[in-house]
Amino acid sequence: MPLPPLKIVSARANDPKNVTLDGYLANGGYQGLKKAVLEMNPEDVRDQVMQASLLGRGGAGFEAGRKWSMLKKSDIRYLVINGDESEPATFKDHMLVESDPHQLVEGALIAGYAIGAARVFIFLRGEFALGFERVQNAINEAYDYGAIGRDIFGSKFSIDLVLHPGAGAYICGEETSLLESLEGKRGFPRIKPPYFPAVIGLYGKPTIVNNVETVANLPWIVKNGSSSFTDLGAGRSRGTRMFALSGQVNRPGTYELEMAKNTFRDIIFDPEFGGGLRPGRSLKAIIPGGVSAPWLGPDQLDVVLGQDEVAAVGSMLGSGSIIVMDDSTCMVRAAWRISKFFARESCGQCTPCREGGSWIEKVMNRIESGAGREEDLDLLMDLCDNIVPGVSWPPQQTTICVLGPSIPSSVAVSIKMFRDEYLTHIKEGGCPYD
Amino acid sequence: MSRFTKEMETRAFELLALYPEKRSATIPLCHLAQEQNGYLTEESMVQIADLVGTTPAEVLGAASFYDMLHTEPVGKYVVGVCTNIACLLQGGEELLGHAEEKLGIATGATTDDGMFTLEDMECIAHCDHAPALQVNYRFFGPLTNDGFDALVDDLSAGKLESEVPPHGTLSRVQRKHPIAVPLEEIVRHRRDSDAKEGERLAAKAATEAKEGSN
Amino acid sequence: MTDSEKKLKLTVNGKEVESAPGEMLIAAAEKAGVLIPRFCYHPRLEPVGVCRMCLVEVKGPRGFTLQPACYISVSDGMEVVTDSEKAKKAQDGVLEFLLANHPLDCPVCDKGGECPLQDQTLTFGPSESRFVEEKRHFEKPIAISKLVYLDRERCIQCDRCTRFAADIAGEALIDFEGRGGALHITTFPDKPFASYFSGNTAQICPVGALTTTPYRFKARPWDLEQVESTCVSCAVGCQMVVQSSENEIVRYLGIDSEAVNQSWLCDKGRFGFESVSSAERIPSPYFNEPSGMVETGWSQALDAIAKALKSAEPESVALIGGSHMANEDIYAWVKLTKGVIGTDSIDAQLDDGLDPKIVALSDRATIQEATQAKLLILMAGDLREELPILYLRIRSAAKKAGLKILEISLSETSLSNEAEVSLRYFPGYAEELVNGLFGAEVDPQFFAGDLQAARALVSSVDPASVVVVGARENLADSSLDPERAIAKLLDSLVGSKFLSGLRRGNVNGAIDMGMVPGLVPGRGQLQDGNEALKAKWKTLPRKVGRNSREILESALRGEIKVLFLVGADLISDFSDSALAEKALGNIPMVVGIDSLSNRTTSYCSVVLPATAFAERHGSTTNIEGRVSTLGKKLVGFSLSRPEWMIAVELAAYMGEDLGFESLHDIWGEIQEVSQLHRGLSIAALGAPGAKEGIVVPLSASKVQISNRRVLDPIATPGITSVGVSGPPSSSAAIPGEGDPVLSESTYSRQRSKLLELLAHDDRAKAGPEADNFALVVSKRLYDHGVEVMSAKHLSELVVPSKGRVSPKGWERIGLNGSGLTRLQGNGASVELELVVDPSLLDGVVKVEFDGALGEVSKLFGVENSTSRVKMEKV
Repeated sequence: MPLPPLKIVSARANDPKNVTLDGYLANGGYQGLKKAVLEMNPEDVRDQVMQASLLGRGGAGFEAGRKWSMLKKSDIRYLVINGDESEPATFKDHMLVESDPHQLVEGALIAGYAIGAARVFIFLRGEFALGFERVQNAINEAYDYGAIGRDIFGSKFSIDLVLHPGAGAYICGEETSLLESLEGKRGFPRIKPPYFPAVIGLYGKPTIVNNVETVANLPWIVKNGSSSFTDLGAGRSRGTRMFALSGQVNRPGTYELEMAKNTFRDIIFDPEFGGGLRPGRSLKAIIPGGVSAPWLGPDQLDVVLGQDEVAAVGSMLGSGSIIVMDDSTCMVRAAWRISKFFARESCGQCTPCREGGSWIEKVMNRIESGAGREEDLDLLMDLCDNIVPGVSWPPQQTTICVLGPSIPSSVAVSIKMFRDEYLTHIKEGGCPYD
Repeated sequence: MSRFTKEMETRAFELLALYPEKRSATIPLCHLAQEQNGYLTEESMVQIADLVGTTPAEVLGAASFYDMLHTEPVGKYVVGVCTNIACLLQGGEELLGHAEEKLGIATGATTDDGMFTLEDMECIAHCDHAPALQVNYRFFGPLTNDGFDALVDDLSAGKLESEVPPHGTLSRVQRKHPIAVPLEEIVRHRRDSDAKEGERLAAKAATEAKEGSN
Repeated sequence: MTDSEKKLKLTVNGKEVESAPGEMLIAAAEKAGVLIPRFCYHPRLEPVGVCRMCLVEVKGPRGFTLQPACYISVSDGMEVVTDSEKAKKAQDGVLEFLLANHPLDCPVCDKGGECPLQDQTLTFGPSESRFVEEKRHFEKPIAISKLVYLDRERCIQCDRCTRFAADIAGEALIDFEGRGGALHITTFPDKPFASYFSGNTAQICPVGALTTTPYRFKARPWDLEQVESTCVSCAVGCQMVVQSSENEIVRYLGIDSEAVNQSWLCDKGRFGFESVSSAERIPSPYFNEPSGMVETGWSQALDAIAKALKSAEPESVALIGGSHMANEDIYAWVKLTKGVIGTDSIDAQLDDGLDPKIVALSDRATIQEATQAKLLILMAGDLREELPILYLRIRSAAKKAGLKILEISLSETSLSNEAEVSLRYFPGYAEELVNGLFGAEVDPQFFAGDLQAARALVSSVDPASVVVVGARENLADSSLDPERAIAKLLDSLVGSKFLSGLRRGNVNGAIDMGMVPGLVPGRGQLQDGNEALKAKWKTLPRKVGRNSREILESALRGEIKVLFLVGADLISDFSDSALAEKALGNIPMVVGIDSLSNRTTSYCSVVLPATAFAERHGSTTNIEGRVSTLGKKLVGFSLSRPEWMIAVELAAYMGEDLGFESLHDIWGEIQEVSQLHRGLSIAALGAPGAKEGIVVPLSASKVQISNRRVLDPIATPGITSVGVSGPPSSSAAIPGEGDPVLSESTYSRQRSKLLELLAHDDRAKAGPEADNFALVVSKRLYDHGVEVMSAKHLSELVVPSKGRVSPKGWERIGLNGSGLTRLQGNGASVELELVVDPSLLDGVVKVEFDGALGEVSKLFGVENSTSRVKMEKV
């Protein structure tokens, strides 16, 4: 059984007063920022974060401290907080911005201080209207409180923070297309190299892009020290992690768990968390880490929820989402729906994703609706191969960004895991679950 | 006339002033135009192009990329039913089918009275409330068919006006503060503090080297 | 050694390849003979790496991975494999994806037969489609302008057209709309792709998505014949291919000349070909009798002219026009008029240019020198309206290479945004402003702009690294003021160079050949005497002759007996059309030589039909002094003849022998009499590597005779195959294979102070007046000139002239909302639409010239001082 969880980023989530400055201050808010700007040099903050082994919580899991250290020297550099959470079945940032907006503001300011950002932008998914109102209110309060603006908290450090609304495009969660979008353009990803944000980012200036949950950890780390953070977790995976549990499970929701200490079985079946499946149902598959990730089967329930542990079984912890599918679910339908998502959300800039994505969706749709042909399975695998050469994991790609290789993932993995189900659709001319 | 009203124009200039480059205000200004007119009119896009220094074609090019920006009129309430994987598993498609029946329109259409536009949404990050939907980006769920009917009836009866503003109003909370410190001044400060940090790090390295050699 | 000269080595498919830092892999491989397939890559556009067709394997820290060869620059030791199974699989996959939604309507597509998608599919593609789904559909095609059609079903979203529009032309009027599979090219509603450069997008489109209206369904590529030539619609001298089908021109395509047009053409140049087959072509000589037009034969017509000449004193014979002719024609006519008849009153400029001495006697800059100058001073009006491709070159240099520009103008121009400093002056005060630039006090009521910054800018650079572009900005004022200003700039900035902004086709060649008063072939002055000329010419004029305006004015006094109008539509093009009309009525014999009927031909006593562009060989000279060839593709229309031949035959009727039987003969004599052209042999001009022309004098030329590279190997095949098939046939000036040796030039000239060559400007000047506005008349690209009006599709682009006025003036006139205004001046009254232009000084009204409409030109006569108009709202 897991230990009773220590919460960091969601500790105050259930306190309705916490969305205001007064409530946040009553809960110990802004102590981290005060400590940082009044007692620490920027490099001390960066050292703390480096020592904390704070892995990015957006999906790629790159160490935040190392990311900061790669920032190219420049008089002007920017910090952009990626709050464009759009990965299907990922809703932990949504919860964090609505329930603890000041924590986000404080974390963003600490990061801004640590890297000496000229300005901080919080790019918030446009659909998070309530979250936008709360974060905007928090920013207004923080300006009045002296936490943003000139000489914050009487230090010599000045900074401005701008909340920027997205307008509905999944691709903008990809950091370079987020920057394009923030520059007022369509969200076409930039090609790396040379457009690594830390080198050529917003307005061509070195830029750090950090996820909401990543910076939400900073007030706690600064306040309690990196060693308290590394006391939690194991291996490279330290501190806690927000998991978004959804699908056919009794208690879907967000759960903050210590990193690398629990398994998929724990989070799905523990009565404190997922509470198991509906009566009489059995587990068919799990989609961890976002719909770009390869699926896992019931035999992988005991994999530990840590960055390297999930990677070791050929998938990823990714955005921290976990989708549970029981035996009442058609796997072809699930994979088709995911392919439809990618076809709709492809930005259209590069050929394999624009054309391949919608082609794959059309074939998947045809199979699910009963007009599939047996050769379609080979066709699908070959189309996948033309986007991800070798259909390998971690994927190579013929596309500009990683949305491309996300397309084949569910299709290829579901064909591999559930080929019979596909064949049944084809032979019976329809979906057996209808 | 769908150009910005005086009051909205003031807000437009406030938005423009938040960014080092004007073009960054394109999307916030598109939202602002939607707040005023319910959707993004051609006239608004021409005006926005003027304000941010691009061409109308570039504004249209950017705006049409984003799902929330509507270049055709939409209903007072844009109802987006999520059918993505988490909701699909919990009956999202069935909910969308029911919504079509209840509203009497196909997905993508607007009711004759201009009250409702129905959309098929990708994941709205409300998965622990599946099947979920959003009305003007305010979230509801989990919804049964009856729950949906009640929601539509409440919206029609004006009972939810405080929760759900008309389409286009993204946020009812406005930014109160202009940029406090000009970018040039910040940059000067950063240059100074970078220099000081450099000195500290050099001193530290020297001390460490000394300790190392001892 | 600079960075760009440093060589590095990489291996492509096991073969060692030399390259330079910054070069893209795709280009380095191409030089080594490895053609990597591509669609979005175009060497003149910023790479975007979006089509993914050029994926190749590049070795990196994680072994070989697929990388877009158009998007990564080479590095030393780079290992590249382009032909592995993996690379080929990726490329095949991309091609199949591109074809999935492509309509495959090649049989009805203008691009069919010269389509990169079709070609690469035939070379690399699958034989059968695996795509059995419904394809994407769009309404097709839609006209996105009067010149360009868009077929969105054929589009492969390569971003070439949009990059051209946004980055090269600076007019993002087309852009992508939508997202993902729905991504498509669009224009904004009611804002068509009205760019002067729109045709380039069709030329670089790698599929049939963008096609041009004038070429639509006109021909199939395999039926086309073609020849290389030089565009003469303005004086930039863009290199292009002329393509014809069944003795009709169907298309022009830009050639990538590094020195000049770098692939691009403006739409006026590109679509002007329609005038060649215009219904306005003159089929045969004719007399204008009181009873009407009477067709005649060449012999009767020439005989009548010769008789008129015999009875006329040399000084009573004059010639206006000729700037559209080839160098050889011009020389023949200069020899006939100056060297046989003995008159110096010949002028290729129509009182809209500059004193030719500035052009002939200054040190001249090339376009490349202008774009690489430390400081470029623009005193040339709006180059976008007059020399469109020069505008593109300067804009690109400013945007990409930080070219510093000082602009001196009467109002904002298309390059104002790129200028470091813009200075404005009140009409008539250019010279004062330039004096102010060099320290003199200026009266602030006549000027606007940051003079301090301009002074600092000028003094911050070595004067010898400055290039001045000069032209006439205001037709409604004497040319003297801008001429003196330009001369002052060039004199004060010792070692600076001049780039001519004179825009008429071959006007710069005409100056070089002496088709202006006071000059002789080779940029020499008449009074300096010229031994070489005397050896070849029967006579030389006794004194400096009259310019166009003076010719017409003396005609009013009855002093002109015979006037040749060679391609000069005076009634349309001469700024003071009232003067022209009166003068023509007072000349006993007006000889019109033209290819197109125009408003002036009806004033002529006799009209002779000339061949048109592409119906004759020859050479032309651009703003730089670059001599390049004109290609012949068509048989001359009806009874028309090239102008040099008309001169030779007319001489024969006069009992004289010009001594030419061919263009060869003429060029041979030019080289003998003109030091400027000495050494520029026909063989050199015709050499395959000299196709972008050679700048005279040769010592000034940095052009090396070397074979031109193929810029865009997937482009329409016409452009590459011309290079392969060699120069045009050798029937006239252009020989077959010759020895392209450029001999050392002996051309040299003592540079004098230009200002001393010009008259003093002692006109009475007046500043702004509340209700008496100073008139500025400017030219625009699509005017009502005959070239535009006789080209069907261009004529549709002509819009009524507009006027501009300062905000204060707008208020004073009492305009409000509508700008419809009545302008009164010079005894005439004209109504037009005014708009507010904050860049104008108060008291100035700026009006676009309207050519053949002849309304605007009624408003001014410019003899003594700046024209003034009164204005009232309608």
